[in-house]
Amino acid sequence: MDSSRSAGIDRRRLLFGSAVIGGGVLLAGCTSNHKEDTPTSDVKTAAASGSGSGNEALGKHVVIGFSAPAADHGWMAAITKNAEAQAGAYSDVHLEAVEGTNDVNAQISQVQTLIGKKVDVLVILPFDGKALTAVSQQAMDAGIPVVNLDRVFDSPLAYRTWIGGDNFGMGLNAGLYIGKTLKDKGVANPVIGEIAGIDNLDLTKQRSSGFRKGLAKYGFKVDIRQAAQFTADSGQQVMSNVLQARSHLDAVWNHDDDQGIGVEAAIKQAGRDEFFMVGGAGSKHAMEEIKADNSVLKATVVYPSNMSASAIRVARLIGQSKGMGDLVGTDLPSSLTLFSATVTKENVDQYLPGAFS
Amino acid sequence: MSQQTRPPDGSGPGTAAGGTDVPEAGTARRSGATAGRSALGRVGKVRNLGLIAVLTLLCVIGAVSSDNFATRQNILVILTSAAVIGVITVGQTFVIIGGGIDLSVGAIVALASVWCTTVATQDYGFGGMVFCALVVGAVVGLVNGLVIAYGRVVAFITTIAMMATARGLAERISDRQSQVVTVDSFNSIASTRWLGVPVLVYILAAAVLLGWVLLNRTTFGRRTFAIGGNQEAARLAGLDVRRHTVLLYVLSGLCCGIAAVMLTARTTSGASNLGDLYELDSIASVIIGGTLLTGGRGSLVGSILGVLVFTTITNIFVLNNLTTDIQQIAKGLIILAAVLIQRRGNTPSTA
Repeated sequence: MDSSRSAGIDRRRLLFGSAVIGGGVLLAGCTSNHKEDTPTSDVKTAAASGSGSGNEALGKHVVIGFSAPAADHGWMAAITKNAEAQAGAYSDVHLEAVEGTNDVNAQISQVQTLIGKKVDVLVILPFDGKALTAVSQQAMDAGIPVVNLDRVFDSPLAYRTWIGGDNFGMGLNAGLYIGKTLKDKGVANPVIGEIAGIDNLDLTKQRSSGFRKGLAKYGFKVDIRQAAQFTADSGQQVMSNVLQARSHLDAVWNHDDDQGIGVEAAIKQAGRDEFFMVGGAGSKHAMEEIKADNSVLKATVVYPSNMSASAIRVARLIGQSKGMGDLVGTDLPSSLTLFSATVTKENVDQYLPGAFS
Repeated sequence: MSQQTRPPDGSGPGTAAGGTDVPEAGTARRSGATAGRSALGRVGKVRNLGLIAVLTLLCVIGAVSSDNFATRQNILVILTSAAVIGVITVGQTFVIIGGGIDLSVGAIVALASVWCTTVATQDYGFGGMVFCALVVGAVVGLVNGLVIAYGRVVAFITTIAMMATARGLAERISDRQSQVVTVDSFNSIASTRWLGVPVLVYILAAAVLLGWVLLNRTTFGRRTFAIGGNQEAARLAGLDVRRHTVLLYVLSGLCCGIAAVMLTARTTSGASNLGDLYELDSIASVIIGGTLLTGGRGSLVGSILGVLVFTTITNIFVLNNLTTDIQQIAKGLIILAAVLIQRRGNTPSTA
């Protein structure tokens, strides 16, 4: 009965509505674009240098399949970008990268797709190593060598070579740095804080156990430990509460520089500066702060995001049946653990180009 | 959310079914209107008292377990922690009382925070950034509202789609990197204090006060309750249900925009992973605050008490250096307990 009337109003409203949306979108277009005219990928320079062993020479064409978790934070985004940049630098490499996902089930399907495509070598950074072990083993069984990047598979049958960071070493080096600095200052019973990353990840546990080990060398202990979520807002939230819990701190290790932005914000908002902080992962922002030396952040322990570029190189060598340049022998090592360097004001310039933003 | 399945204006295949239950719905509304209002008010007050009791209990636990709890400074930290999620919860309360749900709040916060921190936007300084965040929030809310009210898509579906879209867009714009804010006046939103109290707490107080007046003292508020209670009856009573629904989602989006400004200043950065799971936090707060998930009933004060309960728990756990898993269990049990109490509180009034 009133349908015709309401249809009329509908049309007018819809027109008005779409005009509003259109306006919004227009405004949107204006504000967004042209951000960051500074170059973002310092990867190529880091990648283009490196070995001089004759392995750079053009070889057999290799198709590399690449699967990693969703690039939802700085470090992981850099992983994917570095892999792509490295593959692009070789004319004999073709990279089949699938869209990153944090859904284990989806990642399994993606790897299966890559197996079906019969790529020559697979590079897999599993969201969860245990969950992807079976499918990786399928790939190996199908004759496709797998380069396991960073998060480890459960069985050595599931990969040809593992390459990744050293979470234990990261914590260890952070602990050693904090321990030594406090010892040098002559602090007797220091109050040491630890802001961990996502607590149910294996890597977080390893980092924390390394940290304890490093501090133990100097006879120190972690006084307060709280976990954030690798995000700036969780870091801010946790740190603002930790600062209430301890009215005096001597040193803090924060596992991740992305969440560190929030941690530092909390420290500034609380007006605290009686302690020093060590970061983790090695973001560009953190390194710039260390260089400027105007905040509590005095050092960070690197978890190299350019490891994915190395993984692509390793995958290429496997595909071309070559060994590693400076090592004796024709076969690639089965495992490569990358060093977690401690970056301070003194050596920061050396690491800034490889940092992720 | 049952009313969402019915087309709002009664045209289309739902007419026959809608037609039959209109009279009874109408009478139910009329008879329940006066008697129900006062009973409702009483139940709401009782529930708020219950929440205040829980909060007091938590404070006692906090004060006993840690010397650092009952300090002025720590209370301010709790209030500041509650500020961001509190402002979001104000909008969420309106939407849920109005019979909808907004699952996209966390993603809207992320999108607004990313958008207002792009290099281009930061060039406009303080005003430009705040304006951008508010407009982005409101426009996303508008899109939600239009799709739900005029596109007749269920709120749950629409906002879950928006959750994915807005977060994706945020990732796209930021290129998944944290965008550090270099405009000091913007960051000072989080560090400035008036009379010793952080500005963020004032913003929360203002949002709650305005929200309370809007909900309880204006026609807009009464319409919200009416539409959430029975959409069909509200329409027959001459309310423009669709327009009002759009406004509710715009309000929620705007609250997210404000929250984005606060969160961005607090973390001194915009990132696409900000506001993760805020939708669940805000909905949980609304529910333990005594608002019915089906709409039509609720209390803004309850929602804010809910937020305070959650932030206080977090604070106590950190002060005592306990791990997050225990914290999660405690939160879960509190939600469950609140819902059970809520059900008991409702039984007599519906019988």
